[in-house]
Amino acid sequence: MMDTGMTPKASDTSTLPPIKPAAESEPLCARIEGFSFFYSNGMQAIKNVDMPILDRKVTAIIGPSGCGKSTLLRSLNRMHDLYPGNRYEGRVILEQDGENLIGPEADPVVVRLRVGMVFQKPNPFPKSIFENVAAGLRVRGIKNRAVIEEAVETALKRAAIWDEVKDKLHGSANDLSGGQQQRLCIARALAPNPEILLLDEPTSALDPIATAKVEDLIQDLAETVTVVIVTHNMQQAARISHRTAFMYLGQLIEFGETSQIFTSPKHPSTESYITGRYG
Amino acid sequence: MSVTTQGSLGNAAVKTDQAAYAAIARAKRRDIIFSVGGLVVMAIAMTLLLTLIGDLVVRGLGRIDYDFLTNFPSRKAERAGILSAWVGSLLVMLVTALLAIPIGVAAGLYLEEYARKGWLANLIEINVANLAGVPSIIYGLLAVGMFVYGMNLGKTVLVAGMTLALLILPIVIVSTREAVRAIPKIIKEGAYGLGADQWQVMWNYILPAARPGILTGAIVGLSRAIGETAPIITIGALTFIAFLPPAPITGEFPFINFDWLNAPFTVLPIQMFNWVSRPQADFHTNAAATGVVLMALTLSLNGVAIWIRYRLRKGSRN
Repeated sequence: MMDTGMTPKASDTSTLPPIKPAAESEPLCARIEGFSFFYSNGMQAIKNVDMPILDRKVTAIIGPSGCGKSTLLRSLNRMHDLYPGNRYEGRVILEQDGENLIGPEADPVVVRLRVGMVFQKPNPFPKSIFENVAAGLRVRGIKNRAVIEEAVETALKRAAIWDEVKDKLHGSANDLSGGQQQRLCIARALAPNPEILLLDEPTSALDPIATAKVEDLIQDLAETVTVVIVTHNMQQAARISHRTAFMYLGQLIEFGETSQIFTSPKHPSTESYITGRYG
Repeated sequence: MSVTTQGSLGNAAVKTDQAAYAAIARAKRRDIIFSVGGLVVMAIAMTLLLTLIGDLVVRGLGRIDYDFLTNFPSRKAERAGILSAWVGSLLVMLVTALLAIPIGVAAGLYLEEYARKGWLANLIEINVANLAGVPSIIYGLLAVGMFVYGMNLGKTVLVAGMTLALLILPIVIVSTREAVRAIPKIIKEGAYGLGADQWQVMWNYILPAARPGILTGAIVGLSRAIGETAPIITIGALTFIAFLPPAPITGEFPFINFDWLNAPFTVLPIQMFNWVSRPQADFHTNAAATGVVLMALTLSLNGVAIWIRYRLRKGSRN
């Protein structure tokens, strides 16, 4: 499919207003309302996004590079607070207790205790496998060895890596393969039982077999934890998610059931992207 | 040049080829000239250094024996030893390390992790960089004015340790900052992403990962401090000490005492300086022997630094 321009001209699709998400019938974990994000240089990376996050389901965010999907994801556990000058607007409300994750009164450290994150590149700490998974418990001040051991085992089992590492828990995490390291990082994020698990292109550095394992894992996880995943890979979003959000130039262009987004997108921009015309 | 210019290429292409080959040949000649020149310069420098070390070793090595290491200085060259000098050097280094490493590491971590980037951080940064270039005798003058007379601490082990600690503080700070800056961002973000607070990230993730760099910097600093003479002379270390400071560890309760901090002292470079300035040839042999000991200490400190860096790097990669 040869199209003349890789990016659409301002005159066609992007001038059409984004489609606001319809009211959700399923239970929610969180609501993103009127959310904008500004980098310290004043650049607005996200523009007025409204989006529901379904409880214990997989929500995928797709879109071309630079559309703001990772920025949105990183906002949900306040990663941008690590670098001075960044600014949030709007609200991200947890349904359970009405806490606004990006509100000025919310402590970023507390937010990160409730919302776990897995990064694009596997980033195990240069410690043993056991200590990697236990890290999230230790920062919470848990010292009881039995509690930690049980949580580590549970997390490794949930991350479907227990059988591969149970005999070398005290070996270095850096000796694992890339795919194992990423599942270890998922186990590390799961160990403290977060309410939401964020995955930022978790398979982009993995080979197809490791990718398939991580995808299976994500689907299993969604039975017990809310998952939000950013992915470059549209097939991946179609395979594993219940809802898909399409972002472009900092806006949420369209949000809906994954099957609807991929088979009958309503917005012409979404259609061009999923048919591979740009991105 | 075995590549043929014949073949399917046109005449014009052949000409460009020849020009290109000529240019490559010129470049190769330049490379050869430069590397030969570099080799010559390096050989001169190394020969000078090796001659110096060789001369020192030839003259001094024979003088080093058990008595030389365990005798106090004496008016008779053959009975003189360096006991008080090497014990003094050791104690001064102990004070220097205990002061410079914690303060320097803390300052480096503060500047990298806690300080808001602004005029204050910039000011501190410029000052640290400038301190590294201040001649060591200036530190000696500062110590005389402030520690010896201002604070009335006397010409003691403590003052010497404090002075040398100031001297190597910039080295420790800079190497700490470099070590911290070299830690991958994804490791830091990973730790923060788990809900660790700033102190936990610094203490449990940044500090362990930065340890090889910090230790290397600290030891390089110490090996510079051990050879420093000017500031120690300036604060007025004695050149003839025929007794040892009180031992830091004693047999009776409370087992540790701090009297040695307030003891007068001498150090290896000063002992060496003292003997060099004597007219008798036998004392010059003593000075050479002291130089060999001092150099062995410095080189082994550097060796330890390299070994630690190698071990810890290997450990953290695998």
